[in-house]
Amino acid sequence: MSKGIVIKNGLSINIKGVADKELKKVPLPNKLALILDDFHLIMPKLLVKEGDTVKRGQPIFYSKSNENIKFVSPSHGKIEKIVRGERRKILEITISTDKNDSAIKHKIPALEKIKRENIIDILLESGCWPFIKQRPFDIIADPLQNPKSIFISCFDSAPLSVDFEFILKDQIESFKYGLKILEKITPGNLNIGVNRNQEFLNKELDDFNKNIFSGPHPSGNVGVQIHHIDPINIGESVWIIRPEDVCIIGNLFLEGEFIPTRTLAVSGPPINNPKYFRTVIGAKLQSILNLIDFKNGIQCRIINGDVLTGKTVEPDSYVGFYNNNISVLKEGNNYKLFGWIPFINNSVPSIYRSSFSWLSSSEPKEYDTNLNGEERAFVVTGEMEKVFPMDIYPMQLVKECMIGDIEKMERLGIYEVAPEDFALIDYASSSKIEAQTIVRNGLDYLIKETL
Amino acid sequence: MNIRGIVDKMKAPFDKGQKLEKLYPAFNAFETFLFVPNHTSKTGAHIRDGIDLKRVMITVIIALLPALFYGIYNTGYQYLYQTGEEFTVLDAVIHGSYKILPMIAVSYIVGLGIEFAFAVFRGHQVNEGYLVTGLLIPMIMPVDIPLWMVAISVAFAVLIGKEAFGGTGMNILNPALTARAFAFFAYPTYMSGNQVWVSEASNVDGVSGETILGMLAAGGSTDQYSMMDMFIGSIPGSIAETSTLMVLIGAFILIYTGVGSWRIMVGSVIGAALTGMLFNLWGANELMSFDWYNHIIVGGFAFGVVFMATDPVSAAQTLKGKWIYGVLVGVFCILIRVFNPAYPEGVMLAILLMNVFAPTIDHYVIDASIKRREKRLNSKLKMA
Repeated sequence: MSKGIVIKNGLSINIKGVADKELKKVPLPNKLALILDDFHLIMPKLLVKEGDTVKRGQPIFYSKSNENIKFVSPSHGKIEKIVRGERRKILEITISTDKNDSAIKHKIPALEKIKRENIIDILLESGCWPFIKQRPFDIIADPLQNPKSIFISCFDSAPLSVDFEFILKDQIESFKYGLKILEKITPGNLNIGVNRNQEFLNKELDDFNKNIFSGPHPSGNVGVQIHHIDPINIGESVWIIRPEDVCIIGNLFLEGEFIPTRTLAVSGPPINNPKYFRTVIGAKLQSILNLIDFKNGIQCRIINGDVLTGKTVEPDSYVGFYNNNISVLKEGNNYKLFGWIPFINNSVPSIYRSSFSWLSSSEPKEYDTNLNGEERAFVVTGEMEKVFPMDIYPMQLVKECMIGDIEKMERLGIYEVAPEDFALIDYASSSKIEAQTIVRNGLDYLIKETL
Repeated sequence: MNIRGIVDKMKAPFDKGQKLEKLYPAFNAFETFLFVPNHTSKTGAHIRDGIDLKRVMITVIIALLPALFYGIYNTGYQYLYQTGEEFTVLDAVIHGSYKILPMIAVSYIVGLGIEFAFAVFRGHQVNEGYLVTGLLIPMIMPVDIPLWMVAISVAFAVLIGKEAFGGTGMNILNPALTARAFAFFAYPTYMSGNQVWVSEASNVDGVSGETILGMLAAGGSTDQYSMMDMFIGSIPGSIAETSTLMVLIGAFILIYTGVGSWRIMVGSVIGAALTGMLFNLWGANELMSFDWYNHIIVGGFAFGVVFMATDPVSAAQTLKGKWIYGVLVGVFCILIRVFNPAYPEGVMLAILLMNVFAPTIDHYVIDASIKRREKRLNSKLKMA
């Protein structure tokens, strides 16, 4: 097997509590929700009101900017509550499920006859469209656009993250069917990124245009893969989809129904026997957390997503639309006496050899959420580049995003990056710079000013 | 009650809405000196590296200590050796400490005082950068400089060199070298010549306190010092610059922990070595024919390259830029030494000069990346 592309700059963070390859099916929870925060920049226009009964796959709201982009109910049930925040902004829409499992049926033409327009219409109508995101900007794709290619990364290199090979194993047929469908909607290539160690996927995906990657995180980030295979130029766009969402699209075209299966790696140091759970998109978190054996006496943070890019959520929240991870970390809200002196606080790992933690760097460690310092001005240089495997100067780009100089942002390569590519910079920065937030704001500013 | 409890109690009047609210940055500096705060990540990555700016700065200070201790000893040694009296190592250390510790105290009191005042005034946290600068300044001064001159140089460096540009992280010139350059041009009689490099040389008859580079510039011979003397550092010079050996220990700590840029250090040595070799071939004056490897171990070259040129704020910021910047520091250091007999020590001006040009170097390095992106786009457009 060829070595493929080797990513050199980056960092694989080794955290205790990686989920065992053991899958547990969670019964349909009595409550689900769509969280609007998951759909960045989408202004919802409601199609239902509280008390309405909806079928699985029935549209609940659509995007004001493009009414064809519909968001559908993951289950049959009753719209329980439309939760609003400041200025009546919709935050989440909760649905109470019932025994009934009737779904909206879609007419699917045979694979050979189906055309690009048909596929896009079906994806839009069925509520599968929001699974397709676009670069630049990392937002839900515009169905009117013609992307130069589609990228799917079949491995996640983030710490404690999901093993897609494991969760795709029993869905491989629907995954491959989904890929065949997606191949038809791009004039360019459907690029699939696989890790060199994924023997099963490497074998199964031989018929597809796959690219082999190896190296530390962020080699699994789709943005890094795009950068190395087919970088985005100004004016171009690339569509990206997460692997399990390809299965959902595959199932849609096989069964004619929206089947929102979601397999989650529930992991983290405070959990005994972490493992995988299969539920549906938007499931109430409590339905999973109840099945988990937490270690006693630890104040935990529940994260919807991985530990680098996820969002902190309360236990009464819901599984996010895009994530395959629920991560749990110990809250690090304790003081450390003289913890800043080199070689004193050796339990906290560092990319610098300023503690003895590097001696045991191959061992998984118990990370917590302490910042290990305070925010400071930019001082140290070179640390961002160490964890950023693109031909882009991350510190300069972050600074331009803070300033808001569009021309310089463009020249420095803003169109090729997404906030998640800066997650390791958040981690590694000695000045505790919030790079992901800064880049997200920069991208939003760009959207506001240019689109 | 434990320490934490005491600190929490003291903190109350500094909280928001309390009467000492404005002084919070000052209190915060003391509190975070005792404890790594209990702040947790709010946005962005949930886990964070163990490094922070405090630890970076303290690592640099640890790297400076060998050179500082040797500097204290050497100050006493140079003085006592030349007076001709019998003395022990302890005597030398005592004399050195008596001279140098007050300078360090003045530097920290004046510098940190200004930093705290600016932090309170601007309402931001006290940045740790001055911990290193404040130690560097006395280490690169001649031993006999009056304390009030140290104080004025520090004030100039912090106010004009740093805060005027916006504070830590924004300065163009290395603050410690700014202090030295200020003292050098404002009080030249205390900063150059043959009377300032050995403690109280001007008060003791028959004591020559000339540095090796000074002797060479005057066309004299330096036979009294062996290469080993120059390497170990038992020669006259600014307080902590003399010992290449101790600087190498510091360099090892900086490179090993990953805090200092080895690219700049190696680049400078390459630049200086090549330039030195070239002048060795030419050999028109004493400084030109001074062996290139001796150029690297005498004077402030090693100290400047390891501790001043690597200052991440004022150095080049890109990886390629660091190589170019480093090599040029080395080249200019030897050039200034050889061609400027009025000022035989070139490393200070070489680094300050390259500090000014570092943004230009970075500009061209980054521009190359931008050009690659444009080329990619253009070739795409051509194909289409």
